[in-house]
Amino acid sequence: MIDVFLQYDFLRYSFYTSVLIGFLAPIVGVFIVVRRMSLMADALSHITLTGIAFSLLLGRHFSLFAGANPVYMGMVFAVGGSILTENLRRTYRFYQEIAIPIILSSAVGIGVVFISLADGFTTDLFSYLFGSVSAVSEGDFQMVLLLTGAVSLLLLLFYKELFFLSFDEEQAVVSGLPKQWMHFLFIIITAVVIGLSMQIVGILLVSALMTLPVAAAMRLASSFKQMFIYSVLIGEVSVMSGLVAAFHLDTAPGGMIVVINILLLLIILGITSAGGTMQRRGRRGTA
Amino acid sequence: MSQKEVLRLEGIDFDYGSQQVLEDIHLHVEAGSFLGLVGPNGSGKSTMMKLILGLMKPDRGEVSLFGTPVQSFKDWSRIGYVSQKANSFNSGFPATVFEVVSMGLYGKIGLFRFITKKHRQKVREAVAQVGMSDYLNRSIGQLSGGQQQRVFIARALVSEPDLLILDEPTVGVDAQSVQNFYQLLKSLNQDNGITLILVTHDIGAMTDYVTDVACLNKCLHFHGGRQEFEDNQDTMMQRMYGTDVHVLDHNHDHDHHHHHHDHDDIKELQR
Repeated sequence: MIDVFLQYDFLRYSFYTSVLIGFLAPIVGVFIVVRRMSLMADALSHITLTGIAFSLLLGRHFSLFAGANPVYMGMVFAVGGSILTENLRRTYRFYQEIAIPIILSSAVGIGVVFISLADGFTTDLFSYLFGSVSAVSEGDFQMVLLLTGAVSLLLLLFYKELFFLSFDEEQAVVSGLPKQWMHFLFIIITAVVIGLSMQIVGILLVSALMTLPVAAAMRLASSFKQMFIYSVLIGEVSVMSGLVAAFHLDTAPGGMIVVINILLLLIILGITSAGGTMQRRGRRGTA
Repeated sequence: MSQKEVLRLEGIDFDYGSQQVLEDIHLHVEAGSFLGLVGPNGSGKSTMMKLILGLMKPDRGEVSLFGTPVQSFKDWSRIGYVSQKANSFNSGFPATVFEVVSMGLYGKIGLFRFITKKHRQKVREAVAQVGMSDYLNRSIGQLSGGQQQRVFIARALVSEPDLLILDEPTVGVDAQSVQNFYQLLKSLNQDNGITLILVTHDIGAMTDYVTDVACLNKCLHFHGGRQEFEDNQDTMMQRMYGTDVHVLDHNHDHDHHHHHHDHDDIKELQR
């Protein structure tokens, strides 16, 4: 079933890209989940859409932007949006969670205006929303490969700082770790990974690829290292089988990937809660 | 300034908006002492710790660590800190005892460097020191409150600090574990020569273990040796808490807190 993907160029690059983001999105997702930023990832993906719409609009009026991949503008918007969110959190110190709905609705509102001005919904836009099997060119793939390498390297280099800050921010600061810099770096990494992932799964489902594998891994892992291993395994299985299924059933890959991811999550939830019950019973029996 | 001085607070004032929290605090801590800092809830104890750790700035006065003003102090691995929050951390966080304790080395290791075999050995030693070696690969969330607290002590110890600050470390820990815990602190102080500052509102349980006591309620009402504190305890309490409040010996259970103070020597403040 996978042979089809390796046979044709345009499918091959989609497949390779999927393998890369099936690795990257869950890895960044682990930090997003333990830092309690899952909703933030959702807001950032919507801002990415605004950036993409803006880039498409510019492309209509200025030939300079016509050839540019709108995803990069999306990433720039995501970084800007997350800085705005931080400022809003500080403004509403006692109701911090309100920052996310403000950013999210502004992003969608402004995005829709841009889309209308750029002559409405095109097939292009549909594939940005829900993902596409054939959206990836050779040049796109090379960029994804480069950025995957860069992000992986950064996460490896700053693993211990990000881990400590996620676990206990105050203690990490007392130990002298640079909280502000790490936070900013992590926001940029998140924006980049959202931009990369959306080419396959689409904007509306990016945060699913970052959080669902992690949610499943959380039920299995006993250490932080294991979180990464399980998340990537679940992410890769979902992405690859989802992509193949989407091609053969002619559905949007984003939807298929998420459906398979949810199935895996349900199976793991079923197994671990049954196992947990048996363990508890066993313990009570011996006590 | 003596070489043996670990901590000095000079004329510290601090307020949150209109509410004065600390007023003209002067405190010197010598190397090798075990100071119990006591005071009722809201007396400014945690605020004082945050000022000492440079997490907040005083409105007036100066904090010095090992003779260096806190704003220019860089050598944070000399200070171990176990916060009150360590008790209420997200217990679902997927991390093992080994991983949590190794965090204590991250500041010392520095940016762009990785944990080595030597570091791993240090982590194992620190875990052994608090008697948790059997739990090295256990997930932190599976441990009891007392065990978790030992793990957080190990994390503070692993960077081999000269000063260890503990902010209400026994909240939510059962009475038997509290005694063992204080015993551990005493041996760290006497055998390893680590200077300790223990912040607590539980006066009864700690007086058997500390060398010095300081009483805080916005102002520092007393600072001296343990014996002197015990001799003047009643007047001290009255000055610190006012006349409508007194210290009671009691032995009732705190079922709603899921822990039992079921022995007589624990004293708690009662309105």
